[in-house]
Amino acid sequence: MRERTAVPAQGTRPDILTQREMRRRERRFLHRDKWWGYALIAPAGLGLAVFYLWPVVQTVYYSFTEWGAFGGTTWIGLSNYRTLVDDPEFWHSLMNTGIYTGLVLLGIPLSMALAVLLNLKGLRGTGIYRTLYFLPVVTMPAAVAVVWRWLYNGDAGILNHALSAIGINGVYWVSDPDTIRIAVAVVGVWMTVGYNMILLLAGLQSIPGDYYEAASLDGAGRLRQFFSITLPLLSPTLFFTTVLSVIQSLQVFDLVYLIIGANTNVSLQNPAYGEGQTVVMLFFQKAFFDNQRGYGAAIVCVLFVLIMALTAVQFRLQKRWVHYA
Amino acid sequence: MRDTSREGRLWPAHILLSLGAVITVFPLVWEVLTSFKSFGESVQVPPTILPSHWDWSNYSKVFDGIPFGQQFVNTVVMSLLRTAAQLLLCSMAAYAFARIRFPGRGAIFLGFLAVLMVPGQLFLLPQYQIMQNLGWLDSMQALVVPGMFSAFGTFLLRQFFMGLPEELEEAARLDGANPFTVFWRIALPLARPGLLALGILTFLWSWNDLMWPLIVNTDPAKMPLSAGLASLQGAHLTEYPVLMAGSLLATLPVIVVFVAMQRQFIQGIAFSGMKG
Repeated sequence: MRERTAVPAQGTRPDILTQREMRRRERRFLHRDKWWGYALIAPAGLGLAVFYLWPVVQTVYYSFTEWGAFGGTTWIGLSNYRTLVDDPEFWHSLMNTGIYTGLVLLGIPLSMALAVLLNLKGLRGTGIYRTLYFLPVVTMPAAVAVVWRWLYNGDAGILNHALSAIGINGVYWVSDPDTIRIAVAVVGVWMTVGYNMILLLAGLQSIPGDYYEAASLDGAGRLRQFFSITLPLLSPTLFFTTVLSVIQSLQVFDLVYLIIGANTNVSLQNPAYGEGQTVVMLFFQKAFFDNQRGYGAAIVCVLFVLIMALTAVQFRLQKRWVHYA
Repeated sequence: MRDTSREGRLWPAHILLSLGAVITVFPLVWEVLTSFKSFGESVQVPPTILPSHWDWSNYSKVFDGIPFGQQFVNTVVMSLLRTAAQLLLCSMAAYAFARIRFPGRGAIFLGFLAVLMVPGQLFLLPQYQIMQNLGWLDSMQALVVPGMFSAFGTFLLRQFFMGLPEELEEAARLDGANPFTVFWRIALPLARPGLLALGILTFLWSWNDLMWPLIVNTDPAKMPLSAGLASLQGAHLTEYPVLMAGSLLATLPVIVVFVAMQRQFIQGIAFSGMKG
């Protein structure tokens, strides 16, 4: 062992330092550390400032400008936002996004049911189930789209074949404006069930077992236990899962973009394009294909405000149904 | 005795769970089976379930349609560099936030949290312009550099460092080690589970990332697989068996990592929940 550097002055008892001495040393310590603190944070901090924080400010600025034909921006005030309000394409994409979000939220009860089953005492093979349900979460969205497009194929798809076996005539699921939203949402649920299930399972496992023992001693049945113990105690996790799902669904891009056509030139020819298009897809198209950067910026700014507002509303509403132990 | 009776009562649960698992895995199994069918067989009505003849040629055809090998390398390099950089930079910042006291720490941390709360699309346009100004479009730098920094990673690791016992670090400090040495020699090894979780998540997100590569790298030779597959589909090729083979090859590494490191993976997800 090396000798400690903080050797007390001669003549004092080694284990007693005066308060002043302690404060003096602490100050010196902190002062010496200060630069280390800045140095350790600098690389990540500068990167985030340059590539993330400043861009947010710039995007907000762009949303009030028009991108010129030869580059450069012209301040046009609220003009982009006014165009937005009158743009049926924007409202339509917003509605599509809303419907997608709503449908994906329906997957949460499903995740919950799976988590409850997996949490049953003495159940074997939970590791295998967990792995299988989680596979869609880790699969590359581009690959997910390929296989689902094929399952949904109107002519040779296995889905329509299965439906015809029970006497139903299938449709061209991903190029039919009537079915595209459902078709995409089903894949959305498929990809997120495992994810939500894991979060909910972690929540379930943190509920103490004695509650159930006490309840069953009092004669409460399984169903009663679920509604009086499981649901209230899981409500914080359910809340968290719902908030996250809403935030993520409102930003959906990959999945819908890929299922509709996976290529802007191709997807624009898909007759279902308009019904499938989400807000972020519209932003992508405006900002990077139609060269309307200011307008694209306005679209994402509105989306951001919307996400914040919806999250705030959910936090407000949580008082009505979320119970913190 | 009791265990067997309990296991006996659990069969309805097993039936439901297996049914769900079959439905969940079916698309992936179908992907595997289709990847071995000839094009003719894949469009045949009624569809066959097992390939009548296991055709491996789809896997070699993948390499004809797109520069698949090159894109695979791009994906590996991009994902590994992003992951390594994030682990280093995030852990450094996270340690400073968790353990070193200095003026302005709270304010700087608030800046990190602000980045965490903003949806990704708000960064894209200016990020693209930075890449354009630097002349980095269609380059590995464009794929890697913005992804090296993460507010989420810093936050996750900060939580981890705060949960570690302080005694060892204090002892080292009193022995005269500087904060970096303490961080590098003592705190970092202790934070291994957190680093592993962040590393796996970052790797997964990088591997599957689509929008950014789609924007910055339009040259097929400079794309990662996610963008390669997206541009391949519909544009040049409608041969689904080949697409399935390509998709499987593209997804396989992540699935292997996932199956091998399941515990850490799920821990990471459960720990964070954040970042989409």
